[in-house]
Amino acid sequence: MNPVTSIILAPVIGALILLVIPQRQEGWIKRVSAIATLIPVALALWMVFRFPVGEAGYHWVHRIAWLPALGIQYQVGVDGISLTLLLLHTLCGFTGVLVSYRIKERVKEYYLFYLLLIGGVAGVFASLDLFFFYLFYEMAVIPMFPLIGIWGSGEKAYATMKLTLYLTAGAVLALIGLLAIYAVSGTHSFDLIFLEHFLRQNPIPGDLQRWLFPFLLIGFGVIAPMWPFHSWSPLGHAAAPSAVSMLHAGVLMKLGSYAILRVAVQLLPEGAYTWLPWVAGLSIMNMVYGGFVAMAQKDMKFIIGYSSSSHMGYVLLGIACLNPVGLNGAVLLMFAHGIMTATAFAAVGHIYDQTHTRIASEWGGLARQVPFIATVFIMAALASAGLPGFGNFVAELLVFFASWNTHRWAALASILGIVITAFYMLRAVSTGFFGPLNPRWVKLQDATLFEKVPYLILLAALMLVGCWPKLLLDMISTSTPAVLSHLDPLKAVARL
Amino acid sequence: MVTAAGPWIILFAPLAAFIGIVLFGRKSKPVSAGLAIAGMVVSLGFTLTFFFHSLHAHEAIETAVSWVELPGLTLEFGLLINPAAILMALVVTGVGLMIFLYSTGYMAEDSSYPRYFAYLSLFAFSMLGIVLANNFVTLFMFWELVGASSYLLIGYWYEKPSAAAAGKKAFLVNRIADFGFLIGILMVWNLSGMGGEARTLNFLQLEERLPEILHSGAVAPGLLAAIVLLVFCGVLGKSAQFPLHVWLPDAMEGPTPVSALIHAATMVAAGVYLIGRVFFLFWASPEALAVIAAIGGFTALFAASLALVENDIKRVLAFSTLSQLGYMVMALGLGGYVAGTYHLTTHAFFKALLFLGAGSVIHALHTNDIWQMGGLAKKMPATTFTFLAATLALAGIFPLSGFWSKDEILAVAFERNKLLWAVGTLSAAMTAFYMGRVFCVAFLGKPRSHHAEHAHESPPSMTVPLWILTVPTLIGGFIGIPQYLHHATEAGLHVEFNLFVALISTLAAVGGLGLAYAVYARGARPGLKGQELLSRLAVPLSRKFWVDEMYSWINQNVQQRFADLLALFERFIIIQLCVNGVAKVTGLAGSLLRTAQTGKVQTYAAMLLAGLGFLLYLNLK
Amino acid sequence: MSLPPVGLPHLIGLSGILFVIGLVGVLTRRNILLILLSLELILNAANLAFVAFSRAHGDLSGQIMVFFVMIVAAAEVTVGLAITVLLSRLAGKLNADEMRNLKW
Repeated sequence: MNPVTSIILAPVIGALILLVIPQRQEGWIKRVSAIATLIPVALALWMVFRFPVGEAGYHWVHRIAWLPALGIQYQVGVDGISLTLLLLHTLCGFTGVLVSYRIKERVKEYYLFYLLLIGGVAGVFASLDLFFFYLFYEMAVIPMFPLIGIWGSGEKAYATMKLTLYLTAGAVLALIGLLAIYAVSGTHSFDLIFLEHFLRQNPIPGDLQRWLFPFLLIGFGVIAPMWPFHSWSPLGHAAAPSAVSMLHAGVLMKLGSYAILRVAVQLLPEGAYTWLPWVAGLSIMNMVYGGFVAMAQKDMKFIIGYSSSSHMGYVLLGIACLNPVGLNGAVLLMFAHGIMTATAFAAVGHIYDQTHTRIASEWGGLARQVPFIATVFIMAALASAGLPGFGNFVAELLVFFASWNTHRWAALASILGIVITAFYMLRAVSTGFFGPLNPRWVKLQDATLFEKVPYLILLAALMLVGCWPKLLLDMISTSTPAVLSHLDPLKAVARL
Repeated sequence: MVTAAGPWIILFAPLAAFIGIVLFGRKSKPVSAGLAIAGMVVSLGFTLTFFFHSLHAHEAIETAVSWVELPGLTLEFGLLINPAAILMALVVTGVGLMIFLYSTGYMAEDSSYPRYFAYLSLFAFSMLGIVLANNFVTLFMFWELVGASSYLLIGYWYEKPSAAAAGKKAFLVNRIADFGFLIGILMVWNLSGMGGEARTLNFLQLEERLPEILHSGAVAPGLLAAIVLLVFCGVLGKSAQFPLHVWLPDAMEGPTPVSALIHAATMVAAGVYLIGRVFFLFWASPEALAVIAAIGGFTALFAASLALVENDIKRVLAFSTLSQLGYMVMALGLGGYVAGTYHLTTHAFFKALLFLGAGSVIHALHTNDIWQMGGLAKKMPATTFTFLAATLALAGIFPLSGFWSKDEILAVAFERNKLLWAVGTLSAAMTAFYMGRVFCVAFLGKPRSHHAEHAHESPPSMTVPLWILTVPTLIGGFIGIPQYLHHATEAGLHVEFNLFVALISTLAAVGGLGLAYAVYARGARPGLKGQELLSRLAVPLSRKFWVDEMYSWINQNVQQRFADLLALFERFIIIQLCVNGVAKVTGLAGSLLRTAQTGKVQTYAAMLLAGLGFLLYLNLK
Repeated sequence: MSLPPVGLPHLIGLSGILFVIGLVGVLTRRNILLILLSLELILNAANLAFVAFSRAHGDLSGQIMVFFVMIVAAAEVTVGLAITVLLSRLAGKLNADEMRNLKW
């Protein structure tokens, strides 16, 4: 059985098994879900270890003809970039199940939707066919709606409606672009591998590329989330239950930047070359504007939410550099930021489930009461502020180096961004966890041994990558040249 | 014996201790302290082997692994050992070990003792990383780690809001400084490629290439000065130079041994050490050096003036540290590489000793206010004697260590810039005065509080490190540190001993001490506090020239207002106007079109018919 | 009196008349039962047209189609009448205009 297909199928099969387990067998429901998400982790790790570093192209490709007449086939496979993101996704998915053990109501339906979501997202990262890419993408968006609408908190109805509409609207824009590529390339094929080869020899005319690129950019940029299309994301994170926030900020947002990289930049290099300076400009807004708005927030999840949209600006900037260092930095940051933000959301969720408030100033002094969770949150906050030893630092450093000679102003803004991050993150830590303990929370429970497992997994991954970035960079840098190879060599060489 | 693994062991021994404490020592006091001390001992031992080796072999030892390898960017993680690094590593591990030992006594009653030692080990690891790093990126990583571990240590008693705030302030001020530092690093990186070779951040390679690049004229002096000053930004933060000095006095909220380690001997010295480490770069830009010297001189005088009226014993020492760091920066800015580094070393010893002595007093009296002390000389003889030795060394009394190093700085200043020499001498006099004041008020006279009457000497775990640190304080001027340092770099200015300068500075020191003795030794009472000699000056001084107020004003009224403004923009313009606006328009359009849906089947059927008719008409026309 | 033989025009004319009667019934009646009856008229008008054309063209597929329509009509009447009965039980009357619970 192909490992990539297995990663997509395992959660889906898990969801099918859940259908036949009676509602009251909660133990079994949780166990099945955990196993259905643990198998993909194991498979992703296995592929990471077996990854042929230095061999460009896609590996473990699995192809089944589906609608040959329309050029549609089920085709999945991974290269260094998508494997990194699959690893991130499987890690977040599995730890998300563990964190969700606290969910009490409608457990079966919750895990059902959750597993479908996991399968869909995995499919997006693994798809090498534009049609399936879109299909899996929609499959990922739809379970989000009930997950936030039913198990969420706060303004959940508004949030889930906004999120779903926003993402669907973005997807439709992107679909226009995808179909246009399908049509104007003249190949009548959705096969991404074939399209890549074909378009390298017979590129789409430059003017047309410049027309098509914004569709893909904005369509996928909505999910990335690119300023000013970001406003769904902090709200969505805040309203979602912990595990969904984790997956949402940790993985779903990376779908956008991944798609920009894989589809827009790779297939429309001329368009990318024209438009990416604008992306760099918008990334300044992401980084600085997002940071300042985060500084004005009172709600912990909103702080992390705006922080996420701020830090995704670094990813966009890395892509906008169009040089190997920038792309490596962007992909590495997608991984590191995903893990970091998942950790932070899980920690906040742990406390919120007991305090029922996320306003930082209403917490106060929690470090004494829940030392483990406090430590986790502080580590995540410092990681987010770019502390060496965590993956975020390396990735952001690469983006600084990559952008310094390509987009100087954006580089300055990005360095300013980590100063701003330090401001709001440390303030969140101070108000929430330091100072005298608020007497309301003397009954707060710290994580049990079992509950510590997801945090330890996530932090270990983050620190491993931070201390030895080659673990992932070797893999990522194997695949970045292919993305850039479509660019006119003259334009690519002069950079960095 | 020197091995290739040696530098790594020096660096990673404290980290291993940290990990050990986190894994196994979280519940046990002896295990955690034992692991931390063992880590330091290992580091110190290996540093000593390198030290003895370097006495007869001066070449630098470099060892590195490739960390990031991408097309166009190679970063390595590496260590570089040269005499300056060994000296600094000796200070970090040696003074550090004393402070670790002292902490076992000072923190004995603390409830989260293992956490304390874990943080200390983490800090030692980070600091050794700065000392040993062979390139800017590795150095910057440890630079940030030092910032983070000092954040944890200053905010160690996090339940105290002031401690948590102080930790945060230290980290943020350093972060602001690192903004410039990082830009500086990026510019150095570009600079290194101007000769046509692949760009690098390795210190040795930079040193090798720099003359060529400068010679080729590819880099304008203004650009070079900008680069140097940006790198210097990092120093401004870590070594707490004006105007980024504000975090250091507040950092006294941390436990006293932490103040001794971080805010006297190591972390704040990192900035000065950095200048020394890349002195070839600084030396290349005289314009930048002039600015640096001026900042250093100003900080020396400014901070010394603040110390004159401070009543918190630790904060006096903090201001004194600021002032002495200003001295070192000034020395380096004037080109006195050896002088600056020399003073860095001796200062580490006697200032750590002063802090530990102050800690011993605070441990006994549970107060920081010098006006609650008094008459401790009889009750705490060991503390008093060691504190006195350090006070005299700091004041620059012959023949203690401080005299020699301070004198070397003043000699450099005398040769290069008479104004800065005058500033230096004046701050030396002020230093002598405020140290004299602290000593007289705290240790002489009669007890001024209930606690002071019942004070008794600290346990041996605290006094033994004091005695040990007294040794280098006393003899630090005679063990050949400057000669040893001459091997580190070619750049910089070397001066001979200058009798005139020495006489003047001794005069200043004796004068300051004498004045302090005259004012405070006998007649000093708490009541006199308000009528101090400097009472007119005291208002701006005791408010520290309102620098803190200015920053917090900016923080609250500019930065936070701006953030609030953007949040309002986000809420009303982006969310309400744009996003919800689109939704409203869509909804409105829907409710208009909805009127066509009457819900009556007959209407639909009639429309159907009309449509059919229309199509027929089109067809038959 | 000899009437002309019944030919295609007559049948189509009858079918048209039935269709219009049914259509007017559907459009103007408010009673659900009568609407359903009118609907049957429309269907049978179509059936008549099918049979007529089938005969005229000598092609049986028109008559086969009528069977389909009859089956559909039977199914429709069954479901429709069931709904009508339930509605009359629920609301007590059969006025189509007042059944607006699904409209908002």
